[in-house]
Formats: sequence, C-alpha cells, structure tokens
Amino acid sequence: MTSEVARHLLFQSHMPTKTTCPSSQVSDDEQKQKRENIRSLTMSGHVGFESLPDQLVNRSIQQGFCFNILCVGETGIGKSTLIDTLFNTNFEDHESSHFYPHVRLKAQTYELHESNVRLKLTIVNTVGFGDQINKEESYQPVVDYIDAQFEAYLQEELKIKRSLFNYHDSRIHVCLYFISPTGHSLKTLDLLTMKTLDSKVNIIPVIAKADTISKAELQKFKIKLMSELVSNGVQIYQFPTDDETIAKINASMNGHLPFAVVGSMDELKVGNKMVKARQYPWGVVQVENENHCDFVKLREMLICTNMEDLREQTHTRHYELYRRCKLEEMGFTDVGPENKPLSLQETYEAKRHEFYGERQRKEEEMKQMFVQRVKEKEAILKEAERELQAKFEHLKRVHQEERMKLEEKRRLLEEEIIAFSKKKATSEIYQNQCYMASGSNLKKDKDRKKDPGYRFELLCFDVRACEINGGRKDAEEAPILCKTKVPDHRRSSQAKVIKMLKVCSDFLAVFIFCITYSISGKWPQMALKCF
Amino acid sequence: MDPLRQSPSPCSSRPSSPKTPPCEMLGYVGIEAVLDQLKIKAMKMGFEFNIMVVGQSGLGKSTMLNTLFKSKVWKCTPPGLAMPTPQTLQLNSVTHVIEEKGVKLKLTVTDTPGFGDQINNDKCWNPILGYINEQYERYLQEEILITRQRHIPDTRVHCCVYFVPPTGHCLRPLDIEFLQRLCRTVNVVPVIARADSLTLEEREAFRRRIQHNLRTHCIEVYPQKCFDEDINDRILNSKIRDRIPFAVVGADQQHLVNGRCVLGRKTKWGIVEGPRVGKPTTRKQTDLEIKSLLAARRTQGKAGGQGQRSGSCLAVENMAHCEFPLLRDLLIRSHLQDLKDITHNVHYENYRVCRLNESHVLPHGPCWVNLAPTPPGPSVAPGPSKVCRQTREDSDDNEDDY
Repeated sequence: MTSEVARHLLFQSHMPTKTTCPSSQVSDDEQKQKRENIRSLTMSGHVGFESLPDQLVNRSIQQGFCFNILCVGETGIGKSTLIDTLFNTNFEDHESSHFYPHVRLKAQTYELHESNVRLKLTIVNTVGFGDQINKEESYQPVVDYIDAQFEAYLQEELKIKRSLFNYHDSRIHVCLYFISPTGHSLKTLDLLTMKTLDSKVNIIPVIAKADTISKAELQKFKIKLMSELVSNGVQIYQFPTDDETIAKINASMNGHLPFAVVGSMDELKVGNKMVKARQYPWGVVQVENENHCDFVKLREMLICTNMEDLREQTHTRHYELYRRCKLEEMGFTDVGPENKPLSLQETYEAKRHEFYGERQRKEEEMKQMFVQRVKEKEAILKEAERELQAKFEHLKRVHQEERMKLEEKRRLLEEEIIAFSKKKATSEIYQNQCYMASGSNLKKDKDRKKDPGYRFELLCFDVRACEINGGRKDAEEAPILCKTKVPDHRRSSQAKVIKMLKVCSDFLAVFIFCITYSISGKWPQMALKCF
Repeated sequence: MDPLRQSPSPCSSRPSSPKTPPCEMLGYVGIEAVLDQLKIKAMKMGFEFNIMVVGQSGLGKSTMLNTLFKSKVWKCTPPGLAMPTPQTLQLNSVTHVIEEKGVKLKLTVTDTPGFGDQINNDKCWNPILGYINEQYERYLQEEILITRQRHIPDTRVHCCVYFVPPTGHCLRPLDIEFLQRLCRTVNVVPVIARADSLTLEEREAFRRRIQHNLRTHCIEVYPQKCFDEDINDRILNSKIRDRIPFAVVGADQQHLVNGRCVLGRKTKWGIVEGPRVGKPTTRKQTDLEIKSLLAARRTQGKAGGQGQRSGSCLAVENMAHCEFPLLRDLLIRSHLQDLKDITHNVHYENYRVCRLNESHVLPHGPCWVNLAPTPPGPSVAPGPSKVCRQTREDSDDNEDDY
C-alpha cells in the first residue's frame, strides 16, 4: 500500500500549481494554440471550473465501470485461482476437465462494489486450451472471440439508432497470458498465440505457479522470455510512462515483466496475522509478500494504476485498428478516385445503390427463371394429360369391344336357353304322349322313390330316324317302342318289415339267453330249444 | 418546425447490461483507484466547452460572458459609439484557453449580433440552426472516417443562453418561435437580461409568466425533465427549474463598495453588485451550495427587499437581487459535464439519426452521391458536393451487416 500512498501524495502536490505539464508540453500546446488562433486568457477571479474533473468522476461513478479480462493458459495452470486472489473473492469453484475436444471460451460477469465504485467485471476463461493432441486450432477460438466483441461494438456504433452510453462494453481490455514455469523458454503454442493476439488486445504475460522456480532460475527465465518475445516481434503491453505521476512506477514495473505470480485463497497464520499463502512441507509461500512473488506488483499495475489506460488503449488503438481493417475490407476508403476526400457516408450510399441495383437484377432474374420453370412444367403436364387422354380412349375402346363380345356371348347363351327350353317342352310333350300310350309315365331316376317295388325300368327307343338326322339329342326325342319294369325286392316294404322282425327276434333271443345265464349260471336248455 | 427531428428520448447513463450476481470482496482490492486514474487522464487531456449567446443587441450578452468567465472574453460594444447594427445575422466565434488549478478549459464562445434587430425577423433563427447543425455535421464527418483521430475536436454547441428582454409582460412571438425550434436541437437556458430594470415583484411575475408560456408551448429548456435520472437529480433540477429563467445582471467594471472590490453597476441610486472579485474561496459540494443559496435568497426576499431603488447598495452577491451566481453555478460548477453529455448523447444522436435516414430518402440516379445540405441551414452546409462513386464490385456480399 505504501506505493499507493506515495502516489496519492504525489498527485496532491500537483494540485495547487498552475502549470502541471512539463515545459516541453507547454511549448507544444502553445504552438498548437498559435496554429489554431486560440488565445490564452488569464482570469481575474475564481470562476470555478476546477470542479470539472469532479463532475466527470461523478458521472462515471453513476455510470459504473466495466472491465473485461481474458485469461489464456493451459488447463490447471491456475487462472481461476489467480483471478480469485486478484479480486479477493471466490468466483467459481469447479475445476474443468482435460478432455475437451476443442478450445472453448467461457465468460462470466460479476458486479463488484468498493466504496462508491461499481465495477462490472467480466472474466473470460479458455477451457481446454493446450489439451488437445493437435493444437493447430487452439488459438483460433480466442481470436474469434476477441473479434466478435469488437464486431459487436462496431455494429452498435454503425447503427442508425444507437445507444452507446447504454451499451455494455464487452471488448476485452486485457489478456493475461499464463506461461507455464518450465524454466527453459516459451512453448511454440504460446509464441504463436501471443503473436496472433498482440495486435488485438493488450497482453500481459505472467509466469504461473511461480513457486516452482527458484530465484536464480526465475531471473534467467524472465530474461529468456523477454528476449524471445522481442526477437519474434510480439508486442506486449507496456505500462505507460508519459504521465509523470505514474511514469516512474510504470517504468520500473516494465522491467519486471513478465510477472511471476502465485495465487491462493487459503489463509494461514504467519507471525500474528492471517495471510494468503500456500503451505508446503518445506515452507510457506506468501502471496502478498514481494520477496516471494510478483503478485502485488501485478495487482498494483493491473487494477490500481493502469485500469483506465488499459481501457483507453483497447478503445483507441486495438478497436480503431479493427474498425479500420474491417471497413477497408468492406471496400470503404477515405480518399476517392481523384484524391478528393470521400466520406464513409457517400461510399456507403454508393454501395447501397449498387446493392439495390444488384438485388433488383437478381430479382428480375429469379422472376424470369420462375416464369420459365412454370412454362416448362406446364408443357410437361399438358403432355402427360394428352397421354392420359389417349390411354383413356384406348381403354374405353377395349372395354367397348369386350362388352360387345360379351353381349354376343349372352345372346348366344340366351338362344341356347331358348332352344333348350323348347326341346324340353317338346320332349315333355312326347313323354306325355308315350305314357298315354303305354299307361305309365316316363320316369327318371328321381321318380323311382315314389314308386315302390320297382328298381328300374328299361325303355327302348326307335332311333332309326334320328341317326339319319344326326345327334344324340334327337335320340331322346325318338319314339319309344317298349318298356319293361324290374321289380325291386330290396326296396319293398314288406320285405323290410320281415327283415326287421327277424333282426329283432334274434336280438331278443340273445338277450333272454344272457339273462338266464346270469341268473342261473348254466345254459338254459329251454332257451336253446327255442333256437 | 422540423418534421424529421424527433423529440429527445430520455437517456439514462446507467448501462443496461446482463444480470450480474453481486460479489462480496473479502478485502480491499484497490478498484477505487480508477477514479484517480480518470482524473489524471482528464486533466491531461483538458476540457472543451462551447457556449452560444443569443439575443437582441443591447441586452448585455457580451458583458454577461465577460462576467461569467471573469475575463475579456469578448469585446463589448461601448455605449455611445456609433456602431452600425449588422444588416443580417452574423455568427462570431472566439476560442480561448483558460486554466484554473491545473484544469485546462478550451472555451469557444459564439455571439449572434443582429439577431432580432431587423424589421422583418422572419426566419432569423435559420442561420443559428444552420451553424449548430454544421458543428454536428463536422463531428459526424470526423466520426465516420476510417482512420479517425484519437480525440475528435468537439465544436458542438453545448449550451445556448437566450436573453429575454425585460419587458415584464411575457414572451414575445419571436422568443417563442426561436425557443421552440432551438430546444430540440441544443440545450437552451433562457435568462432575463438587464434584470436591474425590474423590481423583485415584477421579476417574479415575469418569471411565472415566462414559465407558463414555456409550458403552454411545450418548450423544454435545460434542465429537461425527461433526463432526470434519479431522485437526487430530480430534486436538484426541479429547484433549478423553479428559478428558470434566471434574472441576471452583467457587470464588468469594478467598484469599491464598503471596502470590497466588486463588479457592479453604478447608478444614481446605488450600486448593483455583481460577483465578488478577488481571492477564490474554496467550494464545497455545489448542490448543497445551491440549496443554501436558494434558502438565503428566499429569506432575504421575504425580508421585504432591502433597498430596491433606494440609495443603499444593492447586494447582488448574496443573490437577493441578481441571480447571476445561480447561472454561473449551473453552467460551470455543477452542470457543465451534464450539458456536454446531453449534447453528445441526445442532441447529437438525434441529428445523426436524421442525417443518416435522410440519405435514404434521396432519389437515386446513376451518379447520385450528392448529399443534400443539412436542414434547415441554407448556405452554411459544409464542403462542396462530392460526386465520387466507389467502383468496387467485390464487397457487396458483406453488405448485410448494415
């Protein structure tokens, strides 16, 4: 805390003096003023606009502050713990797994209060970074996420009806890159990721789990890391040294980058107070002890001294760069074809016009195509209709023919029936005639039952005439010469009765025999005599 | 009336963001140091303020400005010199940089000599509206550049002080017309000029009548009721609204009264004191100040008006006779940032919406990119007509972003 108090004193000491800027700045301002024909006035009394910064601060307090941190690092390297320790809160309590197939980003927003300051803090964590076997696609989701936040802001800014003062700024203000404490050098993945991210976000590299490196190794490691970063052209965030109140502190901190941090929320009793520390069998690592790790420096730099600068850098440098690239990609320029200044608005209108023209053309095309298709379809359908019609005609004809054939058959059949019934009639007549002649009817097989005693009868036809005419049919119509009846004994009723009686008497005899045997037990002589 | 301009929508500077769980911090982290960081940055960058004064000639506009900023912001026309009244309305701007206790303020003052001086004053507000719109246009053009500056210079008019002549009756038709048009474009603070020609009762009655007129014609002057954010704002602003329009007296000559050096107006019957000159006193919270000042004013008013038009010295400093301190406090000490915010968030956004929407209404032609000048400024529109056409065909696919 001493550094902060010192800074406060430094700040206070500048208040009463009239000129706060160093001499070089004064001359710059004067030159600028001369260029713009601005006069410098001295006032003869107290006007009172020194309260302007306070007014500004009051407004900011009312609005609240917004800060977004992105933590990039392998799983288990201590990102969540460090954030918890930084903000002295327990944000989240579950560990993530090592088995995610892709890198995802998880964002969570919290609201912190301290005295009258409301801070909306968003922590974005990479989940599954460095866990995959093939790490080629590891850093792309991170880049995409950062770009997406910029894009959202750009969209809001380019809207016609916008509300920027209401907008929840989700652009990443700082990226804490966690380097694993191997002691040797940067990993390839780290280098690649940082190189991609350095133009999009303020990167502050930190060495995680710094309690695993000894002091001597740490020094060498830091030097190695910085030289690697510089030689590969990675631009990490440098704390600003232009404002003399914080220039000295920032400059010295710049020399300590990357910070070697240890995070812990567990408290241990050291001396006579509770401190955050990690307990090992061989000792205790205190988080807030500057000799043990650089945690205090990180917190100081990140939150107490440079939070506003980080936000400003994000907005004025990274976001503007993104915006410029995006708009140029879309085809907007500031300078038109004859080097006349061209405004975004005009370019936009020109493009809009083009776009509408294009759209109209496409609509026409589509209409044409549609009409064409409709015509084709219509032709096809007509064709099909014709075919169907032909088929129908054909079927109808076939049907008609068959019907005629059937009609023909029916007619023939009817004629046959008529002929047959005629024959029947004539034969009946003949039969009647014959019966009248011989005294008996013409009998068919059926009539045999009605006439008991006669099994069958013989008829003799004279077919001499028929053979000349031809046909068996005529034979039945031939005149009858003679008739003979054969008696049927089997069927005579008298015979039946006699038979029945005989059977009954047999049964009766047997029955009596059996009874007498059962009663007397010996063959009855009398019964036998009966038989 | 401008049919395209919508009424300002209420702006809330509270950000609407996703529901966030409040977290309890177990100890001091140091987040509040961000306020100091803000202050340092703001002081380094400096502030800008643009004020415009509108009123007929002879109402004391320039004097008022000089009094407000306690320096020779503007050269006043000394009485007696035969200065020709301008034939048409002119707009003169002057920029100064003033510094106080490390805070740099770039002040731009715009005066409007010739306003309402002609016989036929029809449409005399057009040049003024044109000027205001031109500033918005300039800012808009800067904002939509591809490579834009880190800090866009802000020349938009933050506040327009309208001087009402002390007739004692009510607002004149010219005043009403002007205020109706202007209140939708810029923050307007009406003041009763040359208030020393009215007695206290006349002043009060005049003020009430003016307030009634403003309400009847739906003129929303600053501080607008719809922009009050919370209960504190509302209380403070309603107090201010009660006193609008302020009755002010401008004075830039120093006189010795009772051993003190004061800015005042010496007349045959006494001295109307302006604000005190000399050592700056420390200032506390300004809303408490206004409350106390208002309380003081009320009690003194009730005490039966000491020395109105009598031989004794009118003590303006304690606000019984001149509400100049209220105006100064409103403009500078308490509401300057608010004025700028409302200009930026509401008036500028309204202008931007109109401007961007308008272009769609323009008729299309083969090479049409001639953006019409902004309404209703006649010849104050910026820049020549630009008839360039962008001939890239490969970027139509990305148009759906808009």
